[in-house]
Amino acid sequence: MDAVRQEFDPPRTTHGNAAQGDVSTPMPNLGAPHPGAPDGAGPIDGGTGAVAEAVAGPPAKKKRGFGVTFWLAVTWLVAVLVCAVFANILPVKDPLVPDVLNKLAYPGPEHWLGTDGLGRDTLARLVHGARVSVTISVTAVAIGMVVGGFIGIIAGFFRGKLETVLMTIINIILAFPALVLLLVLLAFVGRSLVVISLIVGFLSIPIYTRVARATTLAVAEREFVRASRTMGAKNSRVLAREILPNVVLPVAAFGLVAMGVVIVLEGTLAFLGLSVQQPAPTWGGMIFDGKRYLSEAPHVVLIPSIAMFLTVLSLNLVGDSLRTRFDVRGSNL
Amino acid sequence: MYVLRRLPSLIATLLAVSILTFLMTSLLPGDPALQILGAENATPEAIAAVRSELSLDDPLPVRYLHWIGDALTGDFGRSYRTNEPVSQAIIERLPVTAEIGLLAIVIALAIAIPVGMLSAYRAGTRTDKVISSTSFGLLAVPNFMVAILLILVFAVWLGVLPATGWVNFTDNPVQNLRSALLPALSLAIAEMAVYTRLLRTDMIATLQQDFVTMARVKGVSNRRILFRHALRPSSFSLLTVAGVQVGAIIGGSVVIETLFAVPGVGRLLLEAVLVRDLLMVQGVALVIAVSYVVVNFTVDILYSYLDPRISHGRSSARV
Repeated sequence: MDAVRQEFDPPRTTHGNAAQGDVSTPMPNLGAPHPGAPDGAGPIDGGTGAVAEAVAGPPAKKKRGFGVTFWLAVTWLVAVLVCAVFANILPVKDPLVPDVLNKLAYPGPEHWLGTDGLGRDTLARLVHGARVSVTISVTAVAIGMVVGGFIGIIAGFFRGKLETVLMTIINIILAFPALVLLLVLLAFVGRSLVVISLIVGFLSIPIYTRVARATTLAVAEREFVRASRTMGAKNSRVLAREILPNVVLPVAAFGLVAMGVVIVLEGTLAFLGLSVQQPAPTWGGMIFDGKRYLSEAPHVVLIPSIAMFLTVLSLNLVGDSLRTRFDVRGSNL
Repeated sequence: MYVLRRLPSLIATLLAVSILTFLMTSLLPGDPALQILGAENATPEAIAAVRSELSLDDPLPVRYLHWIGDALTGDFGRSYRTNEPVSQAIIERLPVTAEIGLLAIVIALAIAIPVGMLSAYRAGTRTDKVISSTSFGLLAVPNFMVAILLILVFAVWLGVLPATGWVNFTDNPVQNLRSALLPALSLAIAEMAVYTRLLRTDMIATLQQDFVTMARVKGVSNRRILFRHALRPSSFSLLTVAGVQVGAIIGGSVVIETLFAVPGVGRLLLEAVLVRDLLMVQGVALVIAVSYVVVNFTVDILYSYLDPRISHGRSSARV
């Protein structure tokens, strides 16, 4: 009864539209453009999604193999990660030292990606800024995923009163526009890298709870779980051996997409003057600073924008591919 | 019927949201009395006086009841900074945010519905692939980036639209629309991508169904099938998500209004947060949260009209 191998069970018999009744509870958003967007079709459309995907999905994507775009995205993400980890030993200039004679320089041999309004090297700032993006997104997603995932699995597995209580709390928090909460907390609590990561992570717990619960509900109904029970397995064993391995991957795929949301969020905060304090380079901060020189040197804005765009796009791509691959049945969200 | 059945949950949510708003701002560090007085005037006596004047020393539940009671009659207190009534500040700025938000949703739907339908109708073809990958790509573009690109193109290069500023509708309707267009577009792009993808998926599923085949067999024109037969059953998730996305638009409006220097509620909130104007933050946050909850409730109700199954099914039990 290897749980992970159970890939081809028949669709659940629940009527496709049942899931659509679940409309009263808004999906969350942290002010980012698209809650659940890359998988927007998945969670909400109920059982019909499976049909649609079967028809619409390009046949090549159906089985093994991820395709070139997927691996390009992975490569880019690895590059960003390497920059973040090794920012200090990579052969780039100092991100804080201005080259006063070369303000707003275009990309050239001296500064590969040009300089900003104070003459600081854009490449160096990008590399060091990656550190902020990676730290915030990884910490926040880790917190949300572990705590939210745990609550979600518990709620989805034990059901009953516990589930009702937990999900009511979760839904109330989700009924609150998250950016508002975030703004208030940040303004009053402070805005170091750690604080921002923790608050964003804390605020994202509810959405992971919903994802984990939905997945758990779907997994718990499947034959191998029933089989395991019939063979006398205790709750703890079923949870650890059957449920957990099947819930972790979809939640992790969702976490990748959520990382993109968090990176965008850092940019948003930078625009509001609430991100990590200057002069530490962050991608959002670079875009925000560059806005001032939009008419004379648009590349100062465009280069960090492209970096952020590519990172978020890659995360969406990888997360979406993995989600499609691991999706148990996205109908209970 | 359905409205009545959902009403208790609406009231409970509103109550919870108001408590959350209150707690969020009341439990945070920092003494509002100190804020009002400023560091130099803050003698212990003065602080005590201000605290008793604002009833800050009452227990939290009492303060909450006080605050929510006043709020229900439209009195959110006065700003610690400007002494302006909070309700007045909100009323002045709400129309601006509402106009931009509505315009954004209208633009997004106006583009997403035909494009999503086309994509579904041509599922698997090159048209569909271009549309799908474009909308997937657009999802990765944050609204502030869209805003900057729009400013770059329309204000800096072409010079046809103002980069910042706001003109009231009553002063000059045309200028008003011009000043609202770029902010609304910035919010609309990501929404558009979300809606397009959603409608495409649902529409493809609808087009598989028997009644569509039946209509085809009867010789109904493609256009009529798409718009009259398939659009309504495909629009449920779209409607839901459009409601949910109001939250994204509210969140986005904080950034967009700041970027375009538009006097809306989002910017009001940000400014209040930055100077720690407690009552203003509470008031604005409450109004935003309540609007969000009410919009989603309305969508929920609308939904039951669009899809009659909702009212008598047990499907809404899974909340």
